[in-house]
Amino acid sequence: MEFIKSNINLNFVGNRGKAFIISGLLILMTIASLFLHGGPNYGIDFAGGILVQVRFAEPTDASAIKKALDPVGMGQSTVQGFGEKKNNEFLIRDEKKGLNLQGLADRVRETLSKTYGKGKVEVRRVEMVGPKVGQDLREKALLAIFYAIILIAVYISGRFEQKWGLAAVMAGVLVGATLLVQALISAMGGGEGVAMVWLILTALVVTVGACWLLKLRYALGAIVALIHDVVITVGVFSLLDKEFTLATVAALLTIIGYSLNDTIIVYDRIRENLNRAGKQGLDVTINASINQTLSRTVLTSGTTLMVLLCLYVFGGGVIEDFALALLVGVVVGTYSSIFVASPVLLLLPEGRPMTSRRSQRPRPAPARLAMGEAETTPAQVSPAKAASAARQKRGKKSRGKGKRR
Amino acid sequence: MSKNFFLKSTLVAAVIILALLYLVPTLGGGKLPTWWTNILPSERIRLGLDLQGGMHLILEVETQKAVSASVERTSQELMRKMREDNIRAIQPQAGSDNTISLVLLHNSDRAKLEDLVKRDYPGYTVASSSTLEDGKIKLALQLTAAAAKHIADQAATQALETIRNRVDQFGVSEPEILPQSEGRILIQLPGVKDPQRAVALIGKTAQLEFKLVDDSVNPATVTKATLPPGDEIMSLYRRDHVSGRVDKDPIVVHRRVAMTGATITDARVQMDSQYNQPYVSVAFDRAGARQFADITTRNVKKRLAIILDGKVQSAPVIQEPITGGEARITGDFTMEEARDLAVVLRSGALPAPVKVLEERTVGPSLGQDSIDQGFTSMLVGFCLVVLFILLYYRLAGVFANLALVLNLVIITGVLAAFQATLTLPGIAGIILTIGMAVDANVLIFERVREELRLGKTPYAAVEAGYGKATLTILDANITTLIAALVLFQFGTGPIRGFAVTLSIGIASSLFTAITFTRLLFDFYLHQFRPRRLLI
Repeated sequence: MEFIKSNINLNFVGNRGKAFIISGLLILMTIASLFLHGGPNYGIDFAGGILVQVRFAEPTDASAIKKALDPVGMGQSTVQGFGEKKNNEFLIRDEKKGLNLQGLADRVRETLSKTYGKGKVEVRRVEMVGPKVGQDLREKALLAIFYAIILIAVYISGRFEQKWGLAAVMAGVLVGATLLVQALISAMGGGEGVAMVWLILTALVVTVGACWLLKLRYALGAIVALIHDVVITVGVFSLLDKEFTLATVAALLTIIGYSLNDTIIVYDRIRENLNRAGKQGLDVTINASINQTLSRTVLTSGTTLMVLLCLYVFGGGVIEDFALALLVGVVVGTYSSIFVASPVLLLLPEGRPMTSRRSQRPRPAPARLAMGEAETTPAQVSPAKAASAARQKRGKKSRGKGKRR
Repeated sequence: MSKNFFLKSTLVAAVIILALLYLVPTLGGGKLPTWWTNILPSERIRLGLDLQGGMHLILEVETQKAVSASVERTSQELMRKMREDNIRAIQPQAGSDNTISLVLLHNSDRAKLEDLVKRDYPGYTVASSSTLEDGKIKLALQLTAAAAKHIADQAATQALETIRNRVDQFGVSEPEILPQSEGRILIQLPGVKDPQRAVALIGKTAQLEFKLVDDSVNPATVTKATLPPGDEIMSLYRRDHVSGRVDKDPIVVHRRVAMTGATITDARVQMDSQYNQPYVSVAFDRAGARQFADITTRNVKKRLAIILDGKVQSAPVIQEPITGGEARITGDFTMEEARDLAVVLRSGALPAPVKVLEERTVGPSLGQDSIDQGFTSMLVGFCLVVLFILLYYRLAGVFANLALVLNLVIITGVLAAFQATLTLPGIAGIILTIGMAVDANVLIFERVREELRLGKTPYAAVEAGYGKATLTILDANITTLIAALVLFQFGTGPIRGFAVTLSIGIASSLFTAITFTRLLFDFYLHQFRPRRLLI
């Protein structure tokens, strides 16, 4: 069975303009959505507050529950149905500042029992997070995402361009600077964690800029793709008004790892093709590599999506949002590996030939290439190359016959 | 067959057997025979709190309050010590910022005071002094930062021990109590039945104090203005058992603490036969018993207020001197409250109040549901992937599926072996690994297909395919590992469980894809020497 024919040759690189526009639109959509919603919809993990999952013996509705919660000061909390209707399960959430969280869960249970009757109320889950802890977690989450991206930049620069030292120094400087600014911010009085978001965003932009300036081509491509993935996933979540919890951040980090997986497969092919292709243009090589790895990309994403769909459908309410984040992330990640990560490689001017040091040894004689060991299918060999190969063959013959002009 | 082949297959076989051995306790259910438990692994997979139900708490010990309490105590003691040394002064007052201010009546006593402070209170320094108009000297004693930190650290450690005591008595299997940075304490109580009672028990400061009641003042009519110096108004709590209502009555007591619960050695619940109500009987140690006897002897017929965490539980009349070193604490308790109070008094008071920073509780029913749902999705996902791979890659697909099964066995085996915790996100991690493990195999098989298309023989194609794909596989998976590692560092509890299973899954899929399936291919090619490879 074969989904993708082996000699496929879609023009990915040529259409990169259109792809960039689509990506740009998606990112704009994200920013717009975040702006309209006033920031991400932080769950209690990040905003502090209390969350109680309650199962009632008899059907009831949100307003009745809210009224029952009035005596403990939670009459204004958010109440949503949870899971299947027949379970009569509700999620009660309150992030109001100044709520006395000590022993609140107990008071909630007591007051609900009073209204609905003892034994008719089952508290299935309680999560209570103090505001300071919420802010701490937010900062840790942002830092985690930042560290992951930086580490990856170092690894890629090393593996694909042998520029371990340069990348490590850049990473060290960026991390150091970020931590310094963070320390300064907290010394000057905190600032509700919003400062932290801006700090990390700036740090990421600076990282991209640094990669550009230092000509870390592969790292640049990878990082841009990763940031693209994270931003769009956050945007989709914001659009659907889903909550941002610790699980969401875990999903984002997983998406970073997974999307990178994809990207590296393509980069690896590019590097391999560059070793052999020599005079071919970078764009042609990149396009060829994407086409060659297309089969594998589609397959892996396909199976992962299949599996994630099962998780989303069967996994139950608690894991639903997590599965959704991963689903969106895998789709976007696959798209970015093909349409973002690789074309970005072309954005940097093509100074030296983009090859690894190994290929800087003397190339094999041209005759070998003509014998069909070429990785690329016949359609990929550019006409110019074919002509020059043919000319060289003819040249040999004419030299042999001693024809003089 | 090459020697390499035998080595590799032995390795694979060893891994399989080990993994299975570690899995037996979990799969076997029930009791294992003793010959097994003696030498072979007998630990089931550890389930996280979100799967078995339980409570996760992060407490913060308010060490600042411990420090201020210490300063307050010192200011009280100081008066007594100064009198012993014949230093005349006005009662010292504890002030803000850990200072004690006092006024010396005679300048000549200054040297004696400074000696006293240096000798008995080395944590304090004389911060400032000024001469008042009438010749008296006003001094301020300051607790040094180092001494304050020492008290704070001690309070945190003591709080940890006290809480550990209480949790032990609460009867939870495998509780986890760990200190964290900044005076925080992490507590995990798996399978706890009544989480709210546990929180109340753990967080109760349990500061027991005895103060003498000032019966010369009528509590109903006294006001702040008419209150005699050295007295304070407190509230006597009374609960009506029938209606459940709690009433507060004012009561005037002497501010000075006659005695604390520090010397309590034992506390038990007893039943009062007359009123059929439970009460707590406490026993003091020798010094405490002497102190108590002293108080009761000197104050017969007066009332003694028994105060728990700032609330007066009862104020009985001292009928006669109590020399036996035992006291009764009554207070309209329910049986459960009396029992909890006994636990708390036995374990000692917390040196400082604790605040709950984070609380996550999962009821056991939800835990079981989560396990069920997790496994359903894993099963369905697994079946779908197996089917698809079989259809797409035919024979090679069979190898890939065998590798997948081996993967699951290894992951769960490693979890059991290292007693790593399996959480709900952890199950999601395993499910994700199912999807991603396929990737490594796909990479190899696609390469092999390419090589076959170039016209190579099956053996050569497999050889080339594996050779070229291995490096790519390693690269790609290492980066996912980096993300998993960062997640592990940053996450707690359930998220950490996810990072763990993801990491194990990646490592395991690398092993099965590169070594195991290769082995299967080699065996098949040698055994059957096919001319065409069904891939």
